[in-house]
Order: sequence, then C-alpha cells, then structure tokens
Amino acid sequence: MAQAHATEADKYYIPHGSPWPIYGSVTLFTLMLGAIATLNNWLPAWSLLPGFVMLALLFVFWFNTVIGENQHGIYNLAVDRSFRLGMMWFIFSEVMFFAAFFGALFYARELAVPWLGGEGVKIFSKLLLWKHYDGAWPTNGPGHVGPRADGSFETVPALGLPAINTAILLSSSITVTIAHHALITGHRTRLKIFLAATFLLGFTFVALQAMEYHEAYTELGLQLGTGIYGSTFFMLTGFHGMHVTVGAIMLTVIWFRVLNGHFTPQRHFGFEAVSWYWHFVDVVWLGLFIFVYWL
Amino acid sequence: MSLTGMNVEHAGRRGLALGAALLSGLTAAGAAVANTSNGYNLMPGVTDISRDIYALHMEVFWICVGIAVVVFGAMIYSLINFRHSQGAVADTSMRHSTKVEIIWTIIPVIILVVMAIPAAEIILKMEDTRDSELSIRVTGYQWKWQYQYMDAAEGINFFSTLSQDSNFARQLHSGIDPRTVPNYLLDVDKPMVVPSGTKVRLLLTSQDVIHAWWVPDFGAKRSAIPGFVNELWFKVTPGKEGIYRGQCVALCGRDHGFMPVVVDVRTPEEFKKWVEAQKTAVKQAAAIPPEPPRSAQLLN
Amino acid sequence: MAQATDTLPHDDHHDQPDTGIKRWLFATNHKDIGTMYLVFSLIMFFVGGAMAMVIRAELFKPGLQLVDPMFFNQMTTLHALVMIFGAVMPAFVGLANWMIPLQIGAPDMALPRMNNFSFWILPFAFTLLLSTLLVPGGAPAGGWTLYPPLVLQGGDYFPMVIFAIHLMGISSIMGAINVIVTIMNMRAPGMDLLRMPLFCWSWLITAYLLIAVMPVLAGAVTMLLTDHFFKTSFFNAAGGGDPVMFEHIFWFFGHPEVYIMILPAFGIISEILPTFSRKPLFGAVSMVYATASIAFLSFIVWGHHMFVDGMPLAAQMFFMMSTMLIAVPTGVKVFNWTATMWRGSLSFEPPMLFAIAFLFMFSIGGFSGVMLALVPADFQYQNTYFVVAHFHYVLVPGAIFAIMAAVYYWLPKWTGHMYNLTLAKTHFWLSTIFVNVLFFPQHFLGLAGMPRRVPDYAVQFSDWNMVSSIGAFGFGLSQVLFAIVVIQCIRGGQKASSVVWGDALPTGLEWTLSSPPPYHSFITAPEIK
Ligand code: HEA
Ligand code: HEA
Ligand code: CUA
Ligand SMILES: [Cu+2]
Repeated sequence: MAQAHATEADKYYIPHGSPWPIYGSVTLFTLMLGAIATLNNWLPAWSLLPGFVMLALLFVFWFNTVIGENQHGIYNLAVDRSFRLGMMWFIFSEVMFFAAFFGALFYARELAVPWLGGEGVKIFSKLLLWKHYDGAWPTNGPGHVGPRADGSFETVPALGLPAINTAILLSSSITVTIAHHALITGHRTRLKIFLAATFLLGFTFVALQAMEYHEAYTELGLQLGTGIYGSTFFMLTGFHGMHVTVGAIMLTVIWFRVLNGHFTPQRHFGFEAVSWYWHFVDVVWLGLFIFVYWL
Repeated sequence: MSLTGMNVEHAGRRGLALGAALLSGLTAAGAAVANTSNGYNLMPGVTDISRDIYALHMEVFWICVGIAVVVFGAMIYSLINFRHSQGAVADTSMRHSTKVEIIWTIIPVIILVVMAIPAAEIILKMEDTRDSELSIRVTGYQWKWQYQYMDAAEGINFFSTLSQDSNFARQLHSGIDPRTVPNYLLDVDKPMVVPSGTKVRLLLTSQDVIHAWWVPDFGAKRSAIPGFVNELWFKVTPGKEGIYRGQCVALCGRDHGFMPVVVDVRTPEEFKKWVEAQKTAVKQAAAIPPEPPRSAQLLN
Repeated sequence: MAQATDTLPHDDHHDQPDTGIKRWLFATNHKDIGTMYLVFSLIMFFVGGAMAMVIRAELFKPGLQLVDPMFFNQMTTLHALVMIFGAVMPAFVGLANWMIPLQIGAPDMALPRMNNFSFWILPFAFTLLLSTLLVPGGAPAGGWTLYPPLVLQGGDYFPMVIFAIHLMGISSIMGAINVIVTIMNMRAPGMDLLRMPLFCWSWLITAYLLIAVMPVLAGAVTMLLTDHFFKTSFFNAAGGGDPVMFEHIFWFFGHPEVYIMILPAFGIISEILPTFSRKPLFGAVSMVYATASIAFLSFIVWGHHMFVDGMPLAAQMFFMMSTMLIAVPTGVKVFNWTATMWRGSLSFEPPMLFAIAFLFMFSIGGFSGVMLALVPADFQYQNTYFVVAHFHYVLVPGAIFAIMAAVYYWLPKWTGHMYNLTLAKTHFWLSTIFVNVLFFPQHFLGLAGMPRRVPDYAVQFSDWNMVSSIGAFGFGLSQVLFAIVVIQCIRGGQKASSVVWGDALPTGLEWTLSSPPPYHSFITAPEIK
C-alpha cells in the first residue's frame, strides 16, 4: 500500500488545472435544463439535444486527456490503483441504484399487491376498496391500469427472447474474458477478435431487447403504464438496457484503442474497467432474468 | 401576559428557566386533568392505551434524565477539576481499558431492555384489533375528514371541516385575533360522535394524499393512505365523556394545518339517541349526500 | 488535443496555483477545492437559515401574519434541503478535502479532476433547486421527504427538484469515491489504517454510506419522476403500487443520511477533545468499531420513521429494537469522549468549547431519539415538534457545532493567521444559549400536541413558539459573528505557528506542516514514527 512516493522518479501524478470538470458541470446542467424544459412543455424535445452533444464531447475531451497522459507514461502504479478503486466503487454505486428498483419489485410483489388482495395487516383494503381484486402476480393492480380497454395484458415469456438474450450476454462475458486473457498473454489478434465479438453480442442484445419492447407495446398490452408489473418490468429492463448500450459503446471504444496499439499486458486499466462494467451488467441481467421474467 | 396577551392560566407557567420548567412541569403533569393540554408535556389521556403510553413516556424520560445526570455529571466534574489553568496534569497513560469499555457497553444494553419490554407489551395491546364494537370508515380529503359509520350506525355519513370562525380568523391578514376565537383551529362544523366504554375501530383511508388522524388524548394516531386501509382503535374509559381534539398530522398540502379532528365522546345511551336522530335526519333529507366517486386512478 | 499536451510535463509539481478565476474554475488542488466547498456551505447555511427565519417569524404568534401557507411549506421544504445537501454535507466534504491529504501524508486527493467536478456540480444543483421559487406554482412544498402522492401534485417545480437531487447525488457519490480512494491508496508509508486519525476513519465509513445510499435516493426520485410523467404506478395503489413504498425506499436512504451528517462530526470531536485535554483519545480502536457498528445498524432501522403508517407487528418490533441498539455504540463514543477529558488537562479555546457543547447537546438529541424509537411513544410524538426538537438537537448543536469546532480548530492552519479568540468565544456563548432557547421549547410544543409543518397553530402553543422564535433570531444573528471571525482571519492577523495550539497536544501530520501548508501538501511522503 501507499508507495505513492517511494521514489522520486515515480511521483503520483497531480494534474494541472483542467477545464473539463467545470465544463462537465455545465454539461449536466444543460442536460437537466433540457429535460426539465421538455417535461414541463416549455420547449419541444430538441431542447435535450445541446446537453447530449455536450455530454458526448465531454467524454471525448476528458477521456482523450486521460488516455493521452497515460500513453505518455506519466501515470505510476499508484495512479492506476486509484483508477481501479474508483471504478470499483462506482460500480458499487450502480449496484445500489439497481437495488432500489429490485427493492421496489420485491416490495410490490411480496407486500403491496398481497395487501391489496386482502392479505395480512391491511385486509380492509380489499374489503372496503378493492372487493374484486385477488392480488395475484403478474398484475396491473386492482384498477387494471394499462393501455387496453379491458385492462388485460400479457407478459413476455421467459423462454422466448429473454432466454436467448441470457445466452447472448453470458457468452459475451466469456468472450470478454478470453479477450482479457489474450491481452495478458500478448495475443493481439485473438484479443481483437474476441473483443469485437463481445460488443457485437452486446449490440445484438440491445437489438433483440428493442424487438421485445416493440412486441410488448404493440401486441401484449404491456407498457410502462401497465400497472406495477409494467412499471417494474420496463424500469428494470430499461435501465439495464441503457447500461448494456453504454457498455457496448465503451467496448467499441476500447476495441479501437486496441487497434491503435494501446494497452500492455501489464497496464490496461481502461480495458479492465470496461470488462468489470460488462460483467456487472451481466450479473444484473441474471437477476432480471430470474426475478422479472422467470419467477 | 403583556408580550403575548395570554390568559392567566398559561401566564403562571412561563419563564426562561427551561430546565427547571421541564422538571417541575413534568412532575406536576402526572396529576393534571385529562383533555386540557398543560402546554409542555404529554397528557395521560382517556384510554388505557394513552395512559400506558404516558407511563412509558415518563419512565423513559426519567431513565434518560438519570443517564444524563451520570454522564453529564462526569463531564462537568472533568470540566471543573481537570483544568489546565488550574495546573492539572494530564494522565497520558490512560489510553483504554477493556474492562470499563465492556461495562459501559453492557449497562446501556440492560437499560434498553428495560425500556423495550413495556414498549413491546403496549404494542401487542395496540395491535389487538379483535372484538371491536363499532367501526367507522374515516376518509381524508384535502382538507377535511369524512366519517362513514358502519355496524349498528350504518348510514350515517358526513364530512367534518374546520369551523367557520377559525377559518375566517386564519386567513392571511384577517385582522381577527385568534385568541378571541374559541378553540382556534381545533374546532369543526360537525364532530365525530362515539360512545364511551366501547371499542371503536377506525378504518382509515384517503382519497388524495396521505393524511394522518390523531387525537392525543386517545393515544391514537395513524396514517390515512390512498388506496389502502389502516386500522386504528380506541376505547374511551367510561366517565371520560367529553370533546377531544386533534389534528391531521401528515403534511397534506396547503391547508394541512387546518383540518382538525374533533371527537365527541358520549355515554352509550346518549350515543344511541344520537344515532337514532341522525338516522331519521338522513331519511328525511331529500337529497342524501352521494358517496364520493371512487375513481380507479387515485392519482391523476 | 492541446489540453493533453499542456498537462503532460513529467514532473508536474509546479508550486504555483493558477491565477485569477482560473484557479477556482479549473482547480485540481485539494485545498482550493476544499475552500470552495466550505465557502459554498457557509453561503448555503445563510440561505437555509434565512428560510428558517421566515418559518420562525411566521410562527412567532398564532394567526397568519406574513406568508401564505403554501409559501410556508415551500420554506420548510427548501430550508431542509438546503441545510442538509447544501450546508452540512458540503461542509464535511470541504473539511475532508482539506484535511484528509494533510492527515494521511498525501500530496493531494487521489482523483483531483473528479474532485473539482463534484464540487462544481453543486452550485448548479442549487441554482436549479432555488430557482423553483421563480417558476409558476412555486417551489416544492411537500416537505424534504418528498412523499407521494402529495409531491406528484406539483407544478413546474417537480422535475426541477428531481433533477436537482440527481445532481446533488452525483456530486456526493463522486466526492465519496474520492475520499475512499484517497484513504485506501494515498496513505504515506507506515500510516496503517489503525494509526489513521479518527477524522479520516469516520469519513471513510461515511463515504461508504454515501455510495451505498445516494443511488437509492436517485432511484426513489426517478420513480417519482416516471410516476408523474410516464404513467408508471410505483406509488399508485390502483396500479398495484403503494405510496408507502416510497417511504421505505426514501428512508432506506434517509436514515443512513442522518448518520452521514453526524459521523464526520464524531470524527472532528475525536480530534479536538484529545488536543485540548492534552491526553490521547480514550479507546481509539473501539471508537472505530463503534462508528462502524453505527454505520451498519443505520441500514436496518429505517422503519422507525414510518411506525404510524401501519406496519406488520413484527416489523414494528424489529425496527424498534434495531433503532434502540444504536444507542449502544453511540454511548460507547460518548463515554470514551468523557473518559478522554477525565484526568486530562483541559483548556477552553473556541474549538474545545464547541466540542464540549456538542457532547452535551448531541446527547440530549440522542436521548429524544431513543424515546422516539419506542413505538407506542412514537405514536404520540410522530410528526410533532418533539421530532423537530430531536433532529435539530442532533443537527444544529450536533453537526453544525462540530463543523464550527472544526473550522475554529483548523482555520489558523489553513490561513496561517490566528483569529480573534474573544469574538469567537462570544460567538460560542451566544450560539449555545440561543440554540437552547430556540430548540428546547420545541420539545414542550411537541408533547403538548403541536404538529410540525404547520404555518399556524392553536393558541395554547403561543408561549413556547414565541420563546423559540426569539431564540431563533438570536441564534441567527449570532452566526453573523462567525462570518466576521472567518473573514477577518482570512484577511490577516497574528501569524499562527505550525502547531497553532501552542502547548496543547495536537497529534496528526497536519501540524508538521507550516501554516498555511505548502500548495502541494506532502510532495515527499512524511516519516511516520
Ligand atoms: C444527525 C442526525 C441524526 C442523528 C444522529 C439521529 C440519531 C437518532 N435518531 Fe433521529 N432523526 C433525524 C436525525 C438524526 N437522528 C432526523 C433529521 C429526523 C426526522 C426526519 C424527518 O421526519 O424529517 C429523525 C427522526 C427520528 C425518528 C422518527 C421520528 C418520527 O418521525 O416519528 C426516530 C425514531 O426512532 C429517531 C431515532 C433516533 C435514534 C434512536 C438516534 C440515535 O442514533 C441516538 C443515539 C444517541 C444517544 C442515545 C445519546 C448518547 C448515548 C448515551 C449517553 C448512552 C446511554 C443511552 C441510553 C442507554 C439511552 N430519529
Ligand atoms: C442540518 C440541517 C438543519 C439545520 C442546520 C437547521 C437549522 C434551523 N432550523 Fe431546521 N429543519 C431541518 C434541518 C435543519 N434545520 C429539517 C430536515 C427540517 C424538516 C423539514 C421538513 O419538515 O420537511 C427542518 C425544519 C425546521 C422547522 C419546522 C418547520 C415545520 O415543521 O414547518 C423549524 C421551525 O422552527 C426549523 C428551524 C430552524 C432554525 C431556526 C435553524 C437555525 O439553526 C438556523 C440558523 C442560521 C441562520 C439564521 C443563518 C445565519 C444568519 C443570518 C442569515 C443572518 C440574518 C439573521 C436574522 C435575520 C435573524 N427547522
Ligand atoms: Cu391532512 Cu395534513
Ligand atoms: Cu432515522
């Protein structure tokens, strides 16, 4: 631990003043203003655009700076370890974000819906308010909230697309591991191929997910507004899908860096960060597959 | 009093000697009469539960005072006796002592158990909703209460809103001195009426946002949640008939401060008479107040 | 990439800060960023305090005199959000920025650019939050707890609050990651974890809490957002959701959040008491364990905010017991602090005065907390001024006093000047007296039955409200002294030595550096004996 200053030649790198943080803050602010203006109907949806453009540029600028510094070899091992630790804790925060939505799912399934159906301490909820409700899962609630006039909806069966998507994500986890191995052992070609396979699998997953959403919206009567089932279903899978998209883009970026000869067998934090992220996305999916689609 | 124009009853209890006021006040409170707030402590109230809670509150309060005396005493002793300016020399060898640390971990645990046991007993009592003799469905609205009687009083159904004179006085720049308004903010046009000595069960729900129903003298408080029904019961000791007042205690929007709860507790005989009178009134009334629509979409 | 080449020189330890505004906008130096955090926090304390003054002025006597009930509720809501997310939390992050590198012997924080990012998000977040006062329908008025369905009735402010909270959350998470990484990775050789100063320890644990719960808050407010705009039914019973579910998610965040506001305070007290008792902290190791236990327990007690919402019996019992348990490790801390003073050699400089006041008044707040934990009793206390009194005792003479103690303790180190001790002591005495006049009577009000979040009240509550308001004005005005002391000290004054507190016993590496410390704190790692 903490050999940050073990030798004079290997100093911890403290950057100069940098414009990116403040630019980043302005970016986030712009993005949020755009979202607020859109949601409040102050402006049409294009008001989101500047924020997104600035956000994309933020990543380009900031990462370019960091990658440039790294390629010039001014990061010592301690800096590397800071990045790693930072990434790990960032992923932990993401885990907790998903935990909130999983918590909502469990709470609704195990407590709220049974209560509305007349179980446990709130039995009078059924007797007085929702006489004809049985509280069975999946449900869009006693009010049958949803797009169809008769209040019905169908769910996506676990054994269709979701099972295929599970297979896709699991194999992408394997390919990224193979790529990592190839990187460590210096097999650059194998690295390129398996990394490419990984992000292609990732994008395939997103495409299939989009198909599934399309079907849910047009044929199953399953929408974001389909009661608690629709809410938890789309919020969980939706946030997950966004993470897969981001992860796949990051994998692509990493791939281009590999093509440019970046990363050495010993030092490849960028690669590792992305692959951790990818594994994390994978694990979340397993949770989703089990608790959202299957059980 | 000159500053506030308070009535004599309260004037005697004023003073900035806060600590002293607390101690003397709380002892006096035990003997105080129910249904009149003494202004600085819980009241024993008029139900078994409220009296139990009061006893628990006082017990825990005194335990905390006891702990405070010991802990603060040790601190004050140090502040007085170990002063640098008085030439005190620090005993720097005193770094830790497993023995005392174990002691001061275990003693609080014991104290907490002593507090938790009576508390748990009261919870069990409160949660026992069996054998209720009269049920009333209570619905919160922004900003009034609806009382729908069930069981033997089925059919009685009315709203209870802040009384007119309070409502005038409470307007911004009304120019009316609240002290001239009887039961300012704690009075309604039509109170809920219940019999004493009877286990009354309230079935609480809400039509819009979360409200909470509270009568301190009953030791009864519970949220009214849209789409769900919460249970709450109380049983006023016979002989304690009278008017009891409380308020909505969950922030429910602009007029949250202005939706009081008033309960008129009568003897079972009087209550029966009231029910009969209400029922004939309901029959006579040409237009029965329609039950408010229970829309499927509670939020819109 | 012009920028990239700019920052590439190998040895980057140029010892001069940027000049002018660039120094602050582009800052990567932990001290500059720490200063910005602290200044921001002070401004927010005054903004939030001004709102509290509106509250107390309206409550000065019964009847509505000054503001509309809606505006009153807006003040309550914004007051709390500004104080919690704008004043207390940034103050602690500012202190962490200044002190952690100094205390562990590091040149800076581990991730300096991210450090600046997490700071600069805050002014934007609060611009967003406070500008809700200007939009049609006004600011959020549903309380800082943002309970649905009430908050969903909101107008244009609604997405603004949600996104402001998202921004604050992003900022806190980045700040917390930085603290953890710095402590894990940047300690000087020999500074093993158990030798680390208690302030760093308490921040390490706090940072962990932050990373664990801020995303949960983000999730909760995101659900509010989609319920409002995208037809989801998380908090709508008709769709199978439950408004109380929000409370569960919110308090899963909210309870650890209150310890986020007190654990760094514990750390500060653990630094100051030994110094001015001239005696090492008693039981330092058990202090660390106690802090960790409090953090652990804080995750399993959230239900105590919801006893009256109708929970299953077993849940009531569980949350009651787990909550009460927190008194045990907290007690260990209080007792250890007392034992630190015992047979010490005490002197009463301003930081010590604030620390001692903290001990007494935090404990009072803790006692009322234990009373609140008892379910049946909470039925009477819940949503009354008794609760308001409880949390202000732990937050104002608790967290705020600890922050002031820390500022008075380290200010000479930061600026190189000693401040006006007499003025600081005056500030202390006025604050201590008035804070009790302000909040002690609120216990009486609550017990007598006055609900919280009301702009007006029944006449039997008049007396104590008036006392409380007088205390509030007194306390508020006293804080002007604080600003004066700090500004004077930044401007100049008697030179402070590197140990600052003369014959007191400051431990910790920060005292080995000059006052003010060099721009890059420890360019070469210090020797740890
Ligand atoms: C810094 C912030 C902080 C801290 C440290 C605490 C500490 C505690 N709090 Fe508090 N609390 C809040 C901030 C805080 N709280 C806020 C903001 C709210 C309201 C939120 C809202 O609704 O808006 C709240 C509300 C709140 C409630 C809900 C009340 C209600 O709404 O009905 C409860 C109930 O259990 C509670 C309990 C406790 C307990 C048991 C502790 C314990 O940690 C206290 C432990 C300390 C001691 C006990 C003193 C020292 C110990 C000894 C000397 C040892 C011996 C003592 C004994 C054996 C008793 N708090
Ligand atoms: C860290 C958090 C924190 C802090 C520091 C404070 C500080 C103060 N609080 Fe706050 N408060 C909360 C957190 C905090 N509060 C929370 C969480 C709530 C619950 C909100 C809710 O219900 O949703 C609350 C609610 C709350 C209420 C209840 C409102 C209601 O229920 O309707 C009241 C009422 O008295 C109050 C008062 C005060 C006062 C007088 C101070 C004082 O200590 C402030 C002193 C500071 C200043 C005054 C600023 C400095 C000086 C000047 C600006 C100079 C000018 C001075 C004058 C004009 C006199 N607060
Ligand atoms: Cu209804 Cu508050
Ligand atoms: Cu809590």
